[in-house]
Amino acid sequence: MTMQPPVELPPQTRGLTAIAGAMALIAVLLIVQIWLLSAALESFLAGNQHTALPAAVFSGVMFLICLGLYLFVDRVDCEVRRSGEER
Amino acid sequence: MNWLRRASSEPLWKEEFSVHTADERYVTRRQLTKFLVLTSFGMFVGNVWILVRSLIYKTPSYLQQPVARLGEIPVGGVKLFTYPTKDDHCILVRTGENEYVSYSQKCTHLSCAVYYSRASNRFECPCHQGFFSIKDGAVLQGPPSRPLPRIVLETRGEQVIAVDVKV
Repeated sequence: MTMQPPVELPPQTRGLTAIAGAMALIAVLLIVQIWLLSAALESFLAGNQHTALPAAVFSGVMFLICLGLYLFVDRVDCEVRRSGEER
Repeated sequence: MNWLRRASSEPLWKEEFSVHTADERYVTRRQLTKFLVLTSFGMFVGNVWILVRSLIYKTPSYLQQPVARLGEIPVGGVKLFTYPTKDDHCILVRTGENEYVSYSQKCTHLSCAVYYSRASNRFECPCHQGFFSIKDGAVLQGPPSRPLPRIVLETRGEQVIAVDVKV
């Protein structure tokens, strides 16, 4: 019984997988952010002011993660298309 | 700046409307990702807006207003009044010989008028069966998620006076 060498996927397929994964993560973070905004708004309208600061901080952190993922997507996109141009 | 570089040396319009089918998938995914990140930024701005509003929020001060005379209503009796404005309906209940409690009459679920149930000694909302405690206005059952706003009362001479609203 011989071991089969791992099949190397073409760069475009790998790139698409990475981009799809990053997009799924961004979508999850976005859902959490929507929930956070609605909870913070409801709390504020109910007269509680102390929830606004942690909500804004967490929302900012999630936005930064989303931005980082976007830059990752952009980089992968750039590399894949460059490799496509070289071929 | 390196992170602002473009995916290729082609003009933007060629990049966005590529003749290669494979490129199109990248463009649509990248554009969707950009849209999602912009939405995320919008959520962040919304949270910052709430933060700014909460920082500049000032606790409102309310006028003092006589709402009943002592002994005007019997023990277990109810009187309706408006406070602090004519649109804010409130309910006053005499729970003991010298004990009065008062709450906003507006249910915190969908703003139906709550009434005092003497039999079960609680406030009840007839719309969706939301029940509130008479002691502190807390939710006992039903869909409301917040307690009833409490009207702070003071007794001066023969008058019961509303002085504040505690949300």
